[in-house]
Amino acid sequence: MTSRGFLPALPALVLLFAVFIFPVARMLGFSVEGGTLDWYAKALGEGLYLQVFWNTFEIALLVTAVCLLLGYPLGFLIATTTPVWATMGFIFILLPLWTSVLVRTYAWMVLLGRNGVFNRWLIDIGAISDPIPLLNSFTGVLIGMVHVLLPYMVLPIYGAVRRLDPALVSAAQGLGASTWRIFWRVYLPLTLPGIFAGGTIVFVLSLGFFITPALLGGGKVMMLAVLIEQQIHQTLNWPFAAALSAVLLALTIGVYSLAQAVTRQEAEP
Amino acid sequence: MAERSGELRLGGLSKRFGEVRALDDVSLDIAPGELLTILGPSGSGKTTLLKVVAGFETPDAGSVKIDGTEITSLPPAKRDIGMVFQNYALFPHLTVAGNVAFPLEMRNVARPEIGRRVAEALALVELGGYDRRLPRQLSGGQQQRVALARAIVFNPRLLLLDEPFGALDRKLRETLQLEVRRLQRRLGLTTIFITHDQEEALVLSDRIAVMNRGSIQQVAGTTEIYERPANDFVADFVGESNIFHGTVTEVGSVTLESGRRLLIHHPAGVGSRVGVLMRPERFGRGANNFNGEVREAVYLGSSFKLRLACDDGLELVVRQPAQGSLPTPGSRLSVGIDPASIHVF
Repeated sequence: MTSRGFLPALPALVLLFAVFIFPVARMLGFSVEGGTLDWYAKALGEGLYLQVFWNTFEIALLVTAVCLLLGYPLGFLIATTTPVWATMGFIFILLPLWTSVLVRTYAWMVLLGRNGVFNRWLIDIGAISDPIPLLNSFTGVLIGMVHVLLPYMVLPIYGAVRRLDPALVSAAQGLGASTWRIFWRVYLPLTLPGIFAGGTIVFVLSLGFFITPALLGGGKVMMLAVLIEQQIHQTLNWPFAAALSAVLLALTIGVYSLAQAVTRQEAEP
Repeated sequence: MAERSGELRLGGLSKRFGEVRALDDVSLDIAPGELLTILGPSGSGKTTLLKVVAGFETPDAGSVKIDGTEITSLPPAKRDIGMVFQNYALFPHLTVAGNVAFPLEMRNVARPEIGRRVAEALALVELGGYDRRLPRQLSGGQQQRVALARAIVFNPRLLLLDEPFGALDRKLRETLQLEVRRLQRRLGLTTIFITHDQEEALVLSDRIAVMNRGSIQQVAGTTEIYERPANDFVADFVGESNIFHGTVTEVGSVTLESGRRLLIHHPAGVGSRVGVLMRPERFGRGANNFNGEVREAVYLGSSFKLRLACDDGLELVVRQPAQGSLPTPGSRLSVGIDPASIHVF
């Protein structure tokens, strides 16, 4: 890069340094305060905290899987339907995306509570006699996170399906493929990059998710971001919070790099 | 490869898209082993006709029959028709062998036989040894051959070619045209070829069906189409032409709208309205003489193409063998044409 090409990017680089690199460096500094790695040993060595890591991974994986199961048919449908329906679909997907996560999470609290809309409806139709604990539970967190993250899965899949040349589908039909086989042999392999992109985004965002697990989990579902917040606000153990954050950052970067490597390999002949 | 070529009968096919009649009562018979070209400008309905034959469109009326079996409402997958698409439509994630094996896998052919037949088909299109490549690692011509191999590997009853040479450069196009022709003859495969390129149609076809505005204008052998077109549209669309209209004033003579009289070799009765066609390359010496001024002269290598403004008001396109120097615009020229070289319709 020449010095002249560097100059226009300078304000952005300064900003990036001030709001990203500097704080991250400070955080890493906190985590090794006093020149010891004790906090890392605690984060990675004690069963209690390992359990939180495992929980976080499990939830992120489950959220990604559910998003994929719901998002693939949805993205596929929007990409192949008539323009009017496609627009409708987009509105339903993008409207939540433009709404604050906090607002959406509170809405779910209203819906999922003991006397919430769901439980009352289920009791009314006689499906259950006592309210089921949806709020402050694993299920609640899962529902809320899937709802918030679904658009990030749908949009890349929609894009991948749209990029697929319709002539390939005609060709497959003409060569004797049934609808089911066209899906497995043509659509699925050719939209794999979209699935991968969506999956990576949803998984990475899930790893660091805070508001939804905090509010819908009610302290019963411990995810990493929730634990970090507790260390900062309740126990005031900043070095430990910093160490946990550093591990989360490393995990995120690791997952992301892995996804990138796989995608690159896919793209190469 | 086993021969199992079909006879195709299209009867009274019609298809409307809103106000547009894409197909208007089209009937056509194609004999087993024949290569028939459907020639027409864009929007003439030729692509719709192909889609109806392949099963991607359902006609509003009429029937499609192969070997006497009605297939009009059969889905494409059940028709056993091989098709080469305009941009080949090769599966980008499958190798050459994977692409060619696809129709066999769909028919649940046993593994060892798939391998044998794929190798055989690739050898036929001279792509042996390319089986592990991906489509994007091939040139346009090679991709086209893969598409062809994929379309014939399952012994289809009919082969459809949808403008398959459009994306290739001229030299390669000519080579592949001859290759397709050879292969088609060798396999005895009934083939429909779609194109808007009249030259290509003349090179490849046994017969040509010229289409315009959803209906077939003429179906005939290549020389017939070129020498004796049925109407203005065919005369104009196939080859270069000088077309005029007039009235037969005595047997063997026609008076054009401009007043000019032409000697013809045609038994049309006195008083009948006729069209006359003079191909540019047929001018030389003859009983009909034209004197005029050269307006435009183009050098085309093997010939000169001249636009001649005749003294009697006619304007002619004339081709002359490229001998001597190119006539300069403004120079005088005299050409003639034999009455037998004038086509009357």
